[in-house]
Amino acid sequence: MSLIRKTAAELGTMVASGEVTAVEVAEAHLDRMAEVEPKVNAFLHVDRETTLEQARAVDARLRAGEKLGPLAGVPIAHKDIFTTRDMPTTAASKILKGWRPPYDATVTARLRAAGLVILGKTNLDEFAMGSSTENSAYGTTRNPWDLSRVPGGSSGGSSAAVAAYEAPLSTGTDTGGSIRQPASVTGIVGMKPTYGGSSRYGLIAFASSLDTPGPFARNVLDAALLHEAFSGHDPMDSTSIDAPVPSVVEAARTPDVAGMRIGVVKEFSGEGYQPGVLARYHEAVQLLESLGAKVVEVSCPSFLTALPAYYLIAPSECSSNLARFDAMRYGLRVGDDGTRSAEEVMALTRAAGFGPEVKRRIMLGTYALSSGYYDAYYGQAQKVRTVISREFEAAFHQVDVLVSPTTPTTAFPIGERADDPMAMYLADLCTIPSNLAGNAAMSVPVGLADEDGLPVGLQIMAPVLADDRCYRVGAAVEQALESRWGGPLLKEAPSL
Amino acid sequence: MTMLYDEALDRFEPVLGLETHVELGTKSKMFCGCKTTFGAPPNTQVCPTCLAFPGALPVANAAAIESTIRIGLALNCSIAEWCRFARKNYFYPDMPKNYQISQYDEPLCFDGYIDVEVNGEPVRIEIERVHLEEDTGKSTHVGGATGRIHGADYSIVDYNRAGIPLVEIVTKPIPGTDRLAPEVAKAYVTELREIMRSLGVSDVRMEEGSLRCDVNVSLMPRGASEWGTRTETKNVNSLRSVERAVRSEIERQAGVLAEGGKIVQETRHFHEDTGTTTSGRSKEEAQDYRYFPEPDLVPIAPDPAWVAKLKEALPELPLARRKRLQAEWALSDHDMQAMHNADAIDLVEATVAAGAPAADARKWWMGELARRANETGVPLSGLPITPVQIARVTELVASGALNDKLAREVLEGVLAGEGTPDEVVERRGLQIVNDEGELSAIIDQVLADNADAVEKVRSGKIAAAGALVGGVMRASKGKADAARARQLILEKLGVSE
Repeated sequence: MSLIRKTAAELGTMVASGEVTAVEVAEAHLDRMAEVEPKVNAFLHVDRETTLEQARAVDARLRAGEKLGPLAGVPIAHKDIFTTRDMPTTAASKILKGWRPPYDATVTARLRAAGLVILGKTNLDEFAMGSSTENSAYGTTRNPWDLSRVPGGSSGGSSAAVAAYEAPLSTGTDTGGSIRQPASVTGIVGMKPTYGGSSRYGLIAFASSLDTPGPFARNVLDAALLHEAFSGHDPMDSTSIDAPVPSVVEAARTPDVAGMRIGVVKEFSGEGYQPGVLARYHEAVQLLESLGAKVVEVSCPSFLTALPAYYLIAPSECSSNLARFDAMRYGLRVGDDGTRSAEEVMALTRAAGFGPEVKRRIMLGTYALSSGYYDAYYGQAQKVRTVISREFEAAFHQVDVLVSPTTPTTAFPIGERADDPMAMYLADLCTIPSNLAGNAAMSVPVGLADEDGLPVGLQIMAPVLADDRCYRVGAAVEQALESRWGGPLLKEAPSL
Repeated sequence: MTMLYDEALDRFEPVLGLETHVELGTKSKMFCGCKTTFGAPPNTQVCPTCLAFPGALPVANAAAIESTIRIGLALNCSIAEWCRFARKNYFYPDMPKNYQISQYDEPLCFDGYIDVEVNGEPVRIEIERVHLEEDTGKSTHVGGATGRIHGADYSIVDYNRAGIPLVEIVTKPIPGTDRLAPEVAKAYVTELREIMRSLGVSDVRMEEGSLRCDVNVSLMPRGASEWGTRTETKNVNSLRSVERAVRSEIERQAGVLAEGGKIVQETRHFHEDTGTTTSGRSKEEAQDYRYFPEPDLVPIAPDPAWVAKLKEALPELPLARRKRLQAEWALSDHDMQAMHNADAIDLVEATVAAGAPAADARKWWMGELARRANETGVPLSGLPITPVQIARVTELVASGALNDKLAREVLEGVLAGEGTPDEVVERRGLQIVNDEGELSAIIDQVLADNADAVEKVRSGKIAAAGALVGGVMRASKGKADAARARQLILEKLGVSE
């Protein structure tokens, strides 16, 4: 079987045993990228020579007997929002076009140290604001299942790259669903770790209290291996949790839900959900029951207020986080012709450098934080956030995990929601509560919707620092479904 | 027109308020590991965090938090059990993130006071809050007349200062100072500066900007109960300027009010050269800072037991120390105040600690050395002489090895860089003549040369011996012990006193 069809775990074993070299693995993926990128457009930056140089260095380290992790020599694609010292980092924004960071993000650095080879930087909605990658300043990424549809977002380049076999693994960030929703609509596994479980250092901030780095993979075990490789306390990020990483790899190898209590979120079902999505979701719940789990319905009424609260908190933080893009020290500079003041150059640069969705959110956030409106908007949203956290806590007293559809619909056609922000925002309806509460949540593929033949994802939500439960339940679902399907769901995808 | 100060105070009562920024002397910046050395070449003490590069994050400096709590405790404040940093959002090229990490409605320390003395009378200044924030970079506006951004040809920014920890200390409004408003303001800043020094948290140099003061002033007609509109004066960069800025603002506001005008709530700039203030940005067009809790940092929750330990370990505060030293040294209020004004207390204390009697230590520092400092325009502590050296000189005088005149010459030698007091004595040959034979020979010569005076003394006019002693001192080039010379002269002439 071709190297690009292998799992990350298999590739790691093959490289470690000397069966293949990291260079051979990288070359196979670079070739695949050359072949399908014109159709998929998952990458913003590819640099064959830099990648091969990294692969050669990994091979040399292994030959020298250096003990590297289980993913040494495995290629990875990074969402272009993590800084990389040998590749540009743009956040898919014109304002950072060509910017070369002088430092690695903690996630990048840890994976580099573990011997993973960077294939390139993947596309996203500008500054991670969106659910389709249509907000990228550098063109939309296409869904490998149907090139006329979106790959989800904001980490759509990362989901498409993995689904199109361009990369066995990729990183993403999840602020309101930006890992889980793209994983769901491309038929792969995506995990949002507990907030603070993975470092934000070197992750270009969208909404600091919500942004969470996480893994994409084609199966649950690969996701766990990647999760483990970059997670854990980072003194460079004050919000990073100083606690051991939950034993996610062990959990991914324990596909057993017998006796587990699984809560079905009552509010995330019914009207507004695509019938094919609901059908696969209900089957997945029945499957879990058949595997020995105890399924109960749990009501979390405040989850329906999560979306509006999110659209106050996230824009508020972003309006402040993005203030640093002012043409003074790096990035785009517009109108500096010697006659204009610094203030004018800042304004012209920001007007030219940010796209419409980014501007919309900066304006929303600026307004929500304004004197006289703070209590009614930002302050109120923070109260809602507290209520949602409490509702999660109460639910997790009754059950071990909560489940819901990851997103109400399958991948939507490119352009369908581009001019309708509210419709776009609804894609994150089910994923946002876990961002507000900071708990762990995963999306695993559970089949194809009957009406369009596109992938459907199941969301598994676990308490803070109980990320392992997502992997355990995800692995059980995956094992049962793959034995039913005779292989991974992705084998149903077009070959491109 | 401005009104003369005395007339202004006849008609109006001032209310003061002071906001003081103190740069902490921590080794590293507030939210990153960059150094804080003053005067380093521009933009050499910077990193991704303090330059606000994308993705860089702040980590709070524990030493700065500890210093702030110690400041709060020294100012008799309550310490928050739980508080957060907040972002203060506004765009300015010298602020890399275009927001400042500060504190808003949850300051680390609050509700304190300090006592100061004005003309020997105690005045209590209440403290509203003490909070921790980061400094901005430093802009230099090149070209244009004012040195301010408007009208400048271009501006350059040094980010070395960006992110240096800054403590803001805000007083509650200070009514009731009456005519002493300028003196109270100055005494407060002076006392604050000394408290910072005694805590060792900052070098508090106003000229280097490590202590900066904004002065708020409002006036109300005498007998009124409602306070007037206040102005905030910035750019007040010395203790003397604090006093002058208050006085000038009182005179200006009184003039405006007397002509039926209204005080505009605004920021004003103090000008060192003219001693007056001019209008800056009006508060009406003031920014909405859109404060919100800083999501990149976790809340501060100081352990009460640790705070209690910090409180116990506070050093003796300056006012208490002055009271104690005044008693120990048996000085009058006036003498103590003079020493305080001359910044001589630390020097005298160190000299006493090195073994000198307090009176002698004070005599030298406040006399000869104060004169020299004044002549050369340096602070006392800037003279190239140490308390230990002064103590040695007093020791040499006490042992009879030097007299006052010689001692002054020794000090001159030390100040001229000729070495330690002992080295100067040696090199300049300044020892008192102790050799009785040598002294006796000099006296014999003087007696032989001054027959008239000798006759007068012999005839009972003992006062005439003074001239003979003077002759001995001249002949010995001042190195003779005058008292012993007098004794020997009288002996030789067979006269007793």
